[in-house]
Amino acid sequence: MPKTIAEINRKISQGKAVVVTAEEVLGIARDRGIKKTAEEIDVVTTGTFSPMCSSGAFLNTGHSKPRIKLGGGKVFLNDVPVYTGLAAVDVFLGATALPDDDPRNRFRPGEFNYGGGHVIEELVAGKDIKLKATAYGTDCYPRKKLETWINIKDINNAILFNIRNAYQNYEVATNLSDKTLYTYMGILKPALGNANYATSGQLSPLLNDPYYKTIGIGTRIFLGGGIGHVAWHGTQHDPGILRGDNGVPKRPGATLALIGDMKQMRPEWLIGTSMLGYGCTLTIGIGIPIPILSEEILQYTLVSDAEIFAPIVEFSEAHPQGSSDILGEVSYAQLKSGHIEIHGKDVPTASLSSYPKAVEIARTLKRWIEQGEFLLTEAAAPIPGVESGMTSRMLKERPLTE
Amino acid sequence: MEVSKRIVLHFPPSIAGQPIVYKLARDFDLSFDILKASVSPGEEGLMVMELSGSQQNYGKGIQYLTEVGVIIQSLSQDIVRDENRCTHCGACITICPTGAFSLEAETRKVLFDHSKCLVCGLCIKGCPPHAMKLFF
Repeated sequence: MPKTIAEINRKISQGKAVVVTAEEVLGIARDRGIKKTAEEIDVVTTGTFSPMCSSGAFLNTGHSKPRIKLGGGKVFLNDVPVYTGLAAVDVFLGATALPDDDPRNRFRPGEFNYGGGHVIEELVAGKDIKLKATAYGTDCYPRKKLETWINIKDINNAILFNIRNAYQNYEVATNLSDKTLYTYMGILKPALGNANYATSGQLSPLLNDPYYKTIGIGTRIFLGGGIGHVAWHGTQHDPGILRGDNGVPKRPGATLALIGDMKQMRPEWLIGTSMLGYGCTLTIGIGIPIPILSEEILQYTLVSDAEIFAPIVEFSEAHPQGSSDILGEVSYAQLKSGHIEIHGKDVPTASLSSYPKAVEIARTLKRWIEQGEFLLTEAAAPIPGVESGMTSRMLKERPLTE
Repeated sequence: MEVSKRIVLHFPPSIAGQPIVYKLARDFDLSFDILKASVSPGEEGLMVMELSGSQQNYGKGIQYLTEVGVIIQSLSQDIVRDENRCTHCGACITICPTGAFSLEAETRKVLFDHSKCLVCGLCIKGCPPHAMKLFF
């Protein structure tokens, strides 16, 4: 003690690394003590499986004969529009994109049965996807129309690039009004009828590395059933938020931008998702290994649901109006008990994040590392920490004047 | 032996005005709990009910319904969960008005108690990965 990542990788290559999940490590440390556990354990694996809207895929279809410039044209994949403001045959398929003829919330609540997240799931599942495109035509790219099936195994590239994933903690949503609300936090019944939450708590990657001491740019991870990397800190990254004495954020804090090759991902870990009355999104499986380089890093992974607190946010008034008022704080242990108390009322809780799937991800990553198939990476650069002063602000509107 | 089953009754326009359900109770000593009833613009009636009584009377009642032209479908398989699609997130638990979903404490997997399901359909639209499906 302390260890280095190179030393841990040597053990992984020899099939000798000791790997446990962030859930398993709790009992081990309780039995053997911090010092011994830090010496014995090399890696703690984490996992989360949640809807994450700021996700999408860059696709390069390959050039047609004759050539077409999709850039600046209109392209649809299974009727879902993709972004074409790129070179000739690169497009970006966003998880929340909807077909033009989707009725959206014209009749509330809209159903949002099929969108970008569903196309991503079907692509990864190896299904043929219908591409329809129109372009303006140039001397070098004369074609103006293209209609064809595409398949992930044939196109040049399919790169998942999610600009904000793996939120370090999240809000608990509830509703004080007398109407049902249809939100990105699920269906919220009137008059404190329920409260929904959305992280895997003690198994969640960034809650086990609260100060980003091991997770950084370049970190190799489990992403969508394949291998990906941390590309950058995510949008709205907010390391300076309120923290508990254990260092764990009590508000949504850090975020990660993640990248990976979709060709080696699995559809059971990238699931097209519909939030009634809200929209389409993608539910993503993410797992991050934490190398136990020191007792301090082990200590961080020992955080349990009872020691992680989330803010309760009201969604009929406070959230839509951009107020930062909260109704209180609750621990994940309370949330997972199925009931919390808000304003003296017993409120049933539900999760939008799958804990059993998070466990499965942490165990899968553990198995990959134990079998020597997955080596750890030294971060190329850290993600901004508390000292960076980085915050996530509300938009400052300025009137447009002539 | 007592039986209690949930069934869907389709009343064609020709018989939609007759007191069929009343006769079902009076002549066959069956009790019923209407879960849903509607009449379409074409005057076709649809009723979802839980029908209870002795096995013998239940059989006679169903026979009577069939004879007068009511089309009967079983509700026992109506809402099913696609196990491949369910992620066990738990969003359904607080949506379901009858508490048909619960968490298994050990695994935190979501259990679906079909006997509590009243086929209201709230879970179908409320399930983010669309794992709940209606089957006729």
